Amino acid sequence: MSVLVDERTRLCVAGITGREGTFHTLNNRSYGTNVVGGVTPGKGGLDVEGIPVFDTWEQAMSQAQPNTAMIFVPPRFAADSILEAAAAGVELVIAITEGIPAHDELRVYNLLKRDYPGTRLIGPNCPGILSPGKANVGIIPASFFKAGSVGVVSRSGTLTYQIGNEIAQAGVGCSTIVGIGGDPVPGSSFVDVLELFEADPETELVVLSGEIGGSAEEEAAEYIDGHMSKPVVAYIAGFTAPAGKQMGHAGAIVSGSAGTAAAKAQALESRGVRVGRTPTETASIAVEVLGGALTAK
Amino acid sequence: MDLLEYQGKQLFARHGLRVSSGQAVTSVEDAVKAAGEVGYPVVVKAQVLIGGRGKAGGVKLAADESEVREHAGNILGMDIKGHIVRTLWIEHASDIASEYYASVLLDRSAKRPLVMFSVEGGVDIEEVAERTPEKLIRHHVDALTGLSRAEAVEIARQGGADADVVEGVADALVALYEVWIEEDATLAEINPLIVTPEREVKALDSKVSLDGNALYRHPENQGLSDSENEDPIERRAKEEGVQYVKLDGDIGILGNGAGLVMSTLDVVAQAGGSPANFLDAGGGSDAEKIKQAVDLLLANEAVKAVLFNIFGGITRCDEVARGLIAAFEDIKPTVPFVVRLDGTNDVEGRRLLQEAALPNVHAARTMNEAADKVVALAAGQSVGAPA
Repeated sequence: MSVLVDERTRLCVAGITGREGTFHTLNNRSYGTNVVGGVTPGKGGLDVEGIPVFDTWEQAMSQAQPNTAMIFVPPRFAADSILEAAAAGVELVIAITEGIPAHDELRVYNLLKRDYPGTRLIGPNCPGILSPGKANVGIIPASFFKAGSVGVVSRSGTLTYQIGNEIAQAGVGCSTIVGIGGDPVPGSSFVDVLELFEADPETELVVLSGEIGGSAEEEAAEYIDGHMSKPVVAYIAGFTAPAGKQMGHAGAIVSGSAGTAAAKAQALESRGVRVGRTPTETASIAVEVLGGALTAK
Repeated sequence: MDLLEYQGKQLFARHGLRVSSGQAVTSVEDAVKAAGEVGYPVVVKAQVLIGGRGKAGGVKLAADESEVREHAGNILGMDIKGHIVRTLWIEHASDIASEYYASVLLDRSAKRPLVMFSVEGGVDIEEVAERTPEKLIRHHVDALTGLSRAEAVEIARQGGADADVVEGVADALVALYEVWIEEDATLAEINPLIVTPEREVKALDSKVSLDGNALYRHPENQGLSDSENEDPIERRAKEEGVQYVKLDGDIGILGNGAGLVMSTLDVVAQAGGSPANFLDAGGGSDAEKIKQAVDLLLANEAVKAVLFNIFGGITRCDEVARGLIAAFEDIKPTVPFVVRLDGTNDVEGRRLLQEAALPNVHAARTMNEAADKVVALAAGQSVGAPA
């Protein structure tokens, strides 16, 4: 098994006709993901290398029955696109788009919760989700990962590749890699994804990669303490980040004394989660703990 | 994007919040003129994006022209924690009966707007929250329906506002929420929100942060921010669309992806070094962008050595290598570089660099090795022959 995306994924892509949208959709398809359509208003009836394009999510739903949406449209149109996909009944929406206004994200999060509780949003500003050997939805370079039992959840793309690659070099694979994104109001939090990994029989251990800003890591620490039977190993980036400066991601900012890396690492460690000081150390702790867990079986 | 006090107050006024009349000036003569127009006594206030202006002597009361001259002369050019005062706000002085606190911000944990109110204003609100949390009202607002007037009245009442100004405080809270929503702010704060002896409720200060991602909806706000006090390299990076943050150290850092760059800064610090900047070259950087980034990195004269840490996903390591080679042809850096290329097309990238045999460019296979090498090089030590 794995979580969120797999062989049953039926993917439809908003923004499929854009340069990036086309490139990554075809990449995902060649990995083996079942891409059933795309949505670009005004381009319905066309196709992208055999993938049918629809004008609206409603049409896409009635003609291609997608269960997963990937959002690749520019920031100013992204919120409406996410909501339209949800209104059409898509269960999982993965928003890659970076630069969506925080107020739009706030509105989308609360509207989904109120009106479309059956839709789960991952992202925005995320690299997507990869279940090695099964499906890839987004921009994660699949070649660095192999199938296995480590679940990865991360606010950063490249940092995930760095840690995942080191785990793979140690001969260990991943069940699913989930990028939840670097924005202030992500559709899904660490806790949401930890819950999925805890329930996934294939996942034996979870690597959580956090960073400065907000309190999602502290909330994850609390959740792990009360609800996770599987081991979690964590990494936190941004110990050297000065307060008040946004470090690349819109959500990566220490506000006053809130959201520091030190506080996050402390919250996790105080609940028994081992936190690596570097990506390399994090990967080796994960491999070590996993080895121990397997031997104990 | 953080606004100066007077810029925030101008936004407040646009949404019906009461503020004192005042003028922004940049010279002593204009300060005197402004004081005459707004009427004595006036307050001369340094406009900088840093707290603690009062303690630093950047806020002074002036009863007449000679005092304005004296204070404006002292405050203009003053260095307040590294921020040079270039603009003064001259405002008619207010009589104060009470100092309250009000703010609206995005509660990332609750994923809702949070309205805060306290009658303990005029002091550091984090201290109030810690010492007397019962005196800070925290009210979450439904993001889809907004703050109603009835809710605002309840917040004012619960917070202990004087009975005769509950309505006035509620008006201020509703207006502040409107600022937050309509201007795409991530923070709108008034500290202090004062009550005058005439029982008027007024914003005596402002702290406003606007969402840079939403600026396309607010062309009128695009010129705001403290651009004169902005670091010149940060300003240039912004114009070029590069994510760059200047830091205090001497090791220039370039990586791809915000998380990896943050992590690189940490690993360099752990190795005993001090990063000079955060620079995210972004996903899919081509040779031209890399060249431009090298130019930015080296614009900081404190940089003694540079670390390139690339894990190629969308970014191709061969493109990064080509960019670096092109940068060396054009810019001819004099400081040593350490380059770690891993991920997409890494073998080709490393081969290109080896063939080019750039002067003083050292290869490293891992992030940790790269950090150790660059720290040694910045300290003037040798790390062996360039690879």
